[in-house]
Amino acid sequence: MNSRDVVLGRIRSALTLAPPTEVDLPRDYRLGRTLPDTERRELLVDRLVDYKAHVHECTPAQLPTVLAEVLAERGARRIGIPAGLELSWLAEFDGEVVVDSADIPAPELGDLDGVVTASAVTCAETGTIFLDGSPDQGRRALTLVPDLHVCVVGLDDVEVGVPEALARLVPDRPITMISGPSATSDIELERVEGVHGPRTLDVVIVS
Amino acid sequence: MTALGIPAVPPRGSGNLRGVKAFPDAAHHELANPQLRRNIGKATHTIRRKRLNVTGELPDWEHLREAGAAIKTDVLNRLPELLVQLEEAVTARGGIVHWATDATEANAIVTDLIRKTGSDEVIKVKSMATQEIGLNEHLEAQGIAAYETDLAELIVQLGHDKPSHILVPAIHRNRAEIREIFLREMPDVDPDLDDNPRHLAAAARKFLRHKFMTVPVAVSGANFGIAETGTLAVVESEGNGRMCLTLPHTLITVMGIEKLLPTFRDLEVFLQLLPRSSTGERMNPYTSMWTGVTPGDGPQEFHLVLLDNGRTAALADEMGREALHCIRCSACLNVCPVYERTGGHAYGSTYPGPIGAVLSPQLAGMDDPDDPNASLPFASSLCGACYDACPVKIDIPSLLVELRHQKVEHAKFGLEAAAMKAASLAMSSSTRWTAAQKAAGLGRVLAGRKGTITSLPGPLGGWTDARDMPAPPKQTFRQWWNSDEGRTALARAREEGQNR
Repeated sequence: MNSRDVVLGRIRSALTLAPPTEVDLPRDYRLGRTLPDTERRELLVDRLVDYKAHVHECTPAQLPTVLAEVLAERGARRIGIPAGLELSWLAEFDGEVVVDSADIPAPELGDLDGVVTASAVTCAETGTIFLDGSPDQGRRALTLVPDLHVCVVGLDDVEVGVPEALARLVPDRPITMISGPSATSDIELERVEGVHGPRTLDVVIVS
Repeated sequence: MTALGIPAVPPRGSGNLRGVKAFPDAAHHELANPQLRRNIGKATHTIRRKRLNVTGELPDWEHLREAGAAIKTDVLNRLPELLVQLEEAVTARGGIVHWATDATEANAIVTDLIRKTGSDEVIKVKSMATQEIGLNEHLEAQGIAAYETDLAELIVQLGHDKPSHILVPAIHRNRAEIREIFLREMPDVDPDLDDNPRHLAAAARKFLRHKFMTVPVAVSGANFGIAETGTLAVVESEGNGRMCLTLPHTLITVMGIEKLLPTFRDLEVFLQLLPRSSTGERMNPYTSMWTGVTPGDGPQEFHLVLLDNGRTAALADEMGREALHCIRCSACLNVCPVYERTGGHAYGSTYPGPIGAVLSPQLAGMDDPDDPNASLPFASSLCGACYDACPVKIDIPSLLVELRHQKVEHAKFGLEAAAMKAASLAMSSSTRWTAAQKAAGLGRVLAGRKGTITSLPGPLGGWTDARDMPAPPKQTFRQWWNSDEGRTALARAREEGQNR
């Protein structure tokens, strides 16, 4: 008998010895919440700032200017973008733009000053940005290896709570949830921002 | 099932699930370390306060707990079909599923998979399951170097130490100790490194960066495995998890069979319960989810090892199976008055604190009355704080009482059973009871003039190890009642009552 059959056999034995307990599944927690644009935006900004992310707000028309300003402020001269990013977003950026592709070895991404991507959906209540590997977000290594991540969030893609945000995802895509920059509290519980992921997270909210 | 079709109780698990000393002995040693008590006290109180803040801000927190508990009960009820469903979904997306009956088999599977990659190094994401099976020790013996990449786990590994907390495993170390460990053990470390946590974290970043970029195989655990879609999830803070789950060519994930969730939607409950209970944050900085292999993104070879190691034995116990609901948040540790004073090492097992006191005996058994695991159900004041804190409502105090009962049942011929039997015999006859009380009076000899007994003889010595015992009185109440002195006092009292 192989181990698969052994383990499944043991589980069936266990459930015979101690039969299953009948259970109802109550989903009485909050679902399908909505909030007006202003409140959703304010909630998100509050949470992002709490997690030490840098927050910028603008209209679609202002986006190229804001992105150029943010990158200049961070001293980013050479940035990476995923292949499907709207190129007009970087119209005012005067540095070098590297379009990512699967044949660039991950360690080379570390030579970039930063990366600019879009995002799939965002949860306001927890300040969490979801990336799902769509063409405007790219492969996971791109938003992981460089030290600066500038992420564009459309207010239409901001949901109130975790259930509402998760419902908009396609489960079998590679999903990364980001709530502020990387952090550790492992030494005497003192919080240190920036361990292995990007040490700086800039979020640009477009509405 | 046995040959006769009668279900057999599944065997217990092995690995790092049992200490070498009983809890009171181990705790005695830990309590003598003031640095440890200060660090643990500070950590538990800080996380406790943060947890209350962020759970208090959700008006539906209790509803989320109820849903979490119900989903986990449903998982255990339907475990065989859900595991097969998970296996099918992972396989359909290019992953390979392995089954391990115990720690030994899981270690052998992982070792074999690493060997096939040709690498003699592996990077690891913090994982309770691989700690439980003793994977690092096994790999070392096989000539494979395993690098822990979580900062706390790295501190523990470089310090040749053991984790003392589920969430913050190096919390028993202070910054000066960590600096010393890094200077002594970390290759190419800056000799001028000071003890600023920011600088210590930066030293770890530099050391591990090279490993992330060059080691071709990673080993992780999993917080959740979704049966419906084959999706696996790891929650973390530092980004070391993302590195390990993204950059290597091969990913090997070891997951306990109880970590399943039926549907992707169920994450809407657990991604609210876990971070708020664990770190006291609204959400942890990073969560990674992956389903099999995605061409051009992340590991191109994915293995999932499904681990039993005593979980089916716990499942066969109608009450004990509730411990399998645990999502390893560590909230019960932070509120426990016993854990707060002893720290995690005293529990001996990979799983410390209140949940460890129920989980370790459930997974690895309590073989005889001297088994260190048999002491764990008594490492509690049954105050109930752990039950209130548990995000999936595991009734830990009731489970502890049930395990105490089982221990006493198993120990039918032990000292405790003999003592109880003797007490029952003495108390069931007034003649014998009077004789026994008279005999107790002899205890005054032990007390001497000071009136306290500081050291009881033989096995009773355990009671006086940490406390003095008052000497038995000269006479019992019943002896006094029948004495001249007693009779006179009573007569006087009666008179006073009549004259009033």
